[in-house]
Amino acid sequence: MNQVLAPELDFTDYKSDVTPVWCPGCGDYAVLSAILKALAALRLPREDVALISGIGCSSRIAAYTSVYGFHGIHGRALPIAQGLKLARPELTVLCAGGDGDGFSIGGNHFLHACRRNLDLTYIVMDNAVYGMTKGQASPTSAADWSESKLTPEGPGVAPLQPLDLALTAGASHVARCFSGKVQALTQTIAEAIRHPGFSFIQVISPCVTYRPEMREYKTLVHESFTEPCTDRREARRRLIDDDGFSLGTLFKSVEPSYKPLRHEPESLDALERQFSL
Amino acid sequence: MSHHVLSLAMTGSGGAGVMTVGQILVDAAARAGWYGLFRRSLGPQIRGGESAALLRFGHRPILSHGDSFDLLLAYDWGNITRFAAELPLRPDSVVLYDPDAGDVPEVIERTDARCVPVPLAQTAKTAPGTRANMVGLGLIARALGLVPDDLKGELEAALGDKGAEILEHSLQGLRLGAEIAAGLPTNVWPAADRPAPLAVPRWSITGNEAAGMGAVRGGVRFVAAYPITPSTEILEWLAPNLAKVGGQLVQVEDELASINMLVGASFGGVPSLTATSGPGLSLMLEGLGMAVAAEVPLTLIDVQRGGPSTGIPTKSEQSDFNIAVYGMHGDAPHIVCAPTSIPDCLSTVQWAVSAAEAVQCPAIVLSDQNMGQSRAIVDPPQPGGPVAARRLARLEAGTAYKRYALTNDGVSPMAVPGMAGGEYTADGLAHNERGTPSTQAADHQSQLDKRLRKLETLECEEIWAETEGDGAIAVIAWGSLTEAAREAVARANGAARLIGLRVILPLQPEAMAEALTGVSKVLVVEQSHGAQFFHFLKGHYALPATVESLHRPGPLPIRPVEILAAINSLKGDA
Repeated sequence: MNQVLAPELDFTDYKSDVTPVWCPGCGDYAVLSAILKALAALRLPREDVALISGIGCSSRIAAYTSVYGFHGIHGRALPIAQGLKLARPELTVLCAGGDGDGFSIGGNHFLHACRRNLDLTYIVMDNAVYGMTKGQASPTSAADWSESKLTPEGPGVAPLQPLDLALTAGASHVARCFSGKVQALTQTIAEAIRHPGFSFIQVISPCVTYRPEMREYKTLVHESFTEPCTDRREARRRLIDDDGFSLGTLFKSVEPSYKPLRHEPESLDALERQFSL
Repeated sequence: MSHHVLSLAMTGSGGAGVMTVGQILVDAAARAGWYGLFRRSLGPQIRGGESAALLRFGHRPILSHGDSFDLLLAYDWGNITRFAAELPLRPDSVVLYDPDAGDVPEVIERTDARCVPVPLAQTAKTAPGTRANMVGLGLIARALGLVPDDLKGELEAALGDKGAEILEHSLQGLRLGAEIAAGLPTNVWPAADRPAPLAVPRWSITGNEAAGMGAVRGGVRFVAAYPITPSTEILEWLAPNLAKVGGQLVQVEDELASINMLVGASFGGVPSLTATSGPGLSLMLEGLGMAVAAEVPLTLIDVQRGGPSTGIPTKSEQSDFNIAVYGMHGDAPHIVCAPTSIPDCLSTVQWAVSAAEAVQCPAIVLSDQNMGQSRAIVDPPQPGGPVAARRLARLEAGTAYKRYALTNDGVSPMAVPGMAGGEYTADGLAHNERGTPSTQAADHQSQLDKRLRKLETLECEEIWAETEGDGAIAVIAWGSLTEAAREAVARANGAARLIGLRVILPLQPEAMAEALTGVSKVLVVEQSHGAQFFHFLKGHYALPATVESLHRPGPLPIRPVEILAAINSLKGDA
């Protein structure tokens, strides 16, 4: 993360004047609030932060902050974020989006972003549904979730396990939060930003419109990952008993990041001499 | 053509070392004062397989293949039928072949070329450690007036640190080859004098290397790479060389990641580029459209190969024209340009980078395998040239920054992260001047107008086309066929003129009208099955009533003599 401190700002100073398109009661409001509060708590200068997102309800989040943002195309937020971070390593780069954006159309980028382990923070607002296209199953929907016209008998395939994927692919900070617990979410986001590597946070963020049963998730979540593991195998063992509602930071370990090739500087003339006979 | 131009070909299957021989010969000839062009014809094999080194030399710059080959040296006939069509021979051509490799195949015999046996393998056996490819090199060097000592420097460079013994064996091979040459009737050799010695060292460069150098010169400092034939050499050249100028190349998981990483890096203010071929371009279109909408400059080099789908990865075609021009959904003004020769890959890529930065939109550079993977001996290009200079925002306290402000020339000053007061969210959604998503008709219209306007104000006069001659028949070509067309025009006795279009988008109606002044007929030359370039020109430019198309798909290049025949046919139609 960026080391320059901003003057103390209120978290609302990190908020833009654009009104969210989200439905009343959407979990994403709380995620937005937690991101703003984490940025304020870390006193990050607005101009040195960029929030990159893809397409979907939650990906609209970029325009709701007053930092630099990029609301890109479906599934490609992570490549944009990584390109920016590689080109401008001094910036604090956050990436955010939904479960369809991150795990379905963008699934390949998720794996490779975990492997590359650049110092950025990826927040997935997981509501197990495509909300913007009006309620289709996503990669984290249950196999028998049958409320979609597109898959009236359910998607029929087992849901992806995002924490397991992140761990296996090489993410160096892996956590799960619930949008209904804003304070813990804010703290986890701040820790993730401070963590020098690829931080992944799965945020269970209910869609009250297409998944009204998610209103009851507040009774299902439980703090189970009380202390992060620093051993990847141990973290995976913990996931064996995970019911999908365990909250906390599962894994945290400082590990090597991708580093670009470096060479002694040469002038353009020197480069061109390689062609001269 | 003058006798100071000669075309040579060498064939041999994997392991024969034909490409090594070609490389040594072209570099040694260049040092002796020859200009040259070295194309490679390769089969689909990962390693080995049949291959042909296609060479052309001259006292003046050689940037195009010729009509046919004066001399063919066949180490063997491996799979000759597969690529004999790429080796046109005349009855007065000479074929030197090793009888140990079998009889002259029917496909060669029927050309009526004069076939002369040369015992390459047998000769190599007489000197331990010597290989047939070195004997052949010593032999064919005679065609350029080169003796073994002329080849020694390049041989040492090619052998690297393999040791004095191997070098001596190879030199012995060259000497044995020269002895065979001396024993052949002199009329085997095309008449060609050695050129004058060089005053200034020339460059030996491939189109792909030139494209990489153009990127660096233009100011590119970020490249995201996914390997694909025949563009990979651009990326491989850039990897170490970018690192030497403070830039970086990252290999990524796919082409989708590649184009989107460019968008991210360029949003961060760093001029960015990638290179790919048709299949990769297909995958990158969505990202390119976003770069248009969000007004993020970037450059994409497409080294075209045979298509559609996987097509012919190792062979040239010009059939990505339509996807480059029309491929994006929505109305998406952008830059499309094409180098007209191997050295022009440098200057056209350099220009594309600076143009993309100037008008904040993507530029597609259409190279092709014919240029990209061929090597030319050229005069060193002029230093300098345009460098990326993005119009950055000047932020004033108390004034709300509008990223997509409606300006006269359509270019809106850009803030980049780190600039306080410039914070904005770039968006692929239709948006207003601030960048806030908008579905309003007026915002959509005004932003579309703005994005078109900035392209229309891009300065292209200096570079829009290669033009030559003032004949009444205009030959309009593009890409690697430009130089073949130039040669045909030069042979048309003033009947024709050349327009080698370099800037495809934005359109250049005024420059084209001026270039067509006095033209009664047009011949459009291109390497595509669907005559894509022809239809584009007919659709977008005011052309005379008679417009003929000379087109065919790859991989057989359209030769100067074919273009000349088409010119003559048009002339006859008067």
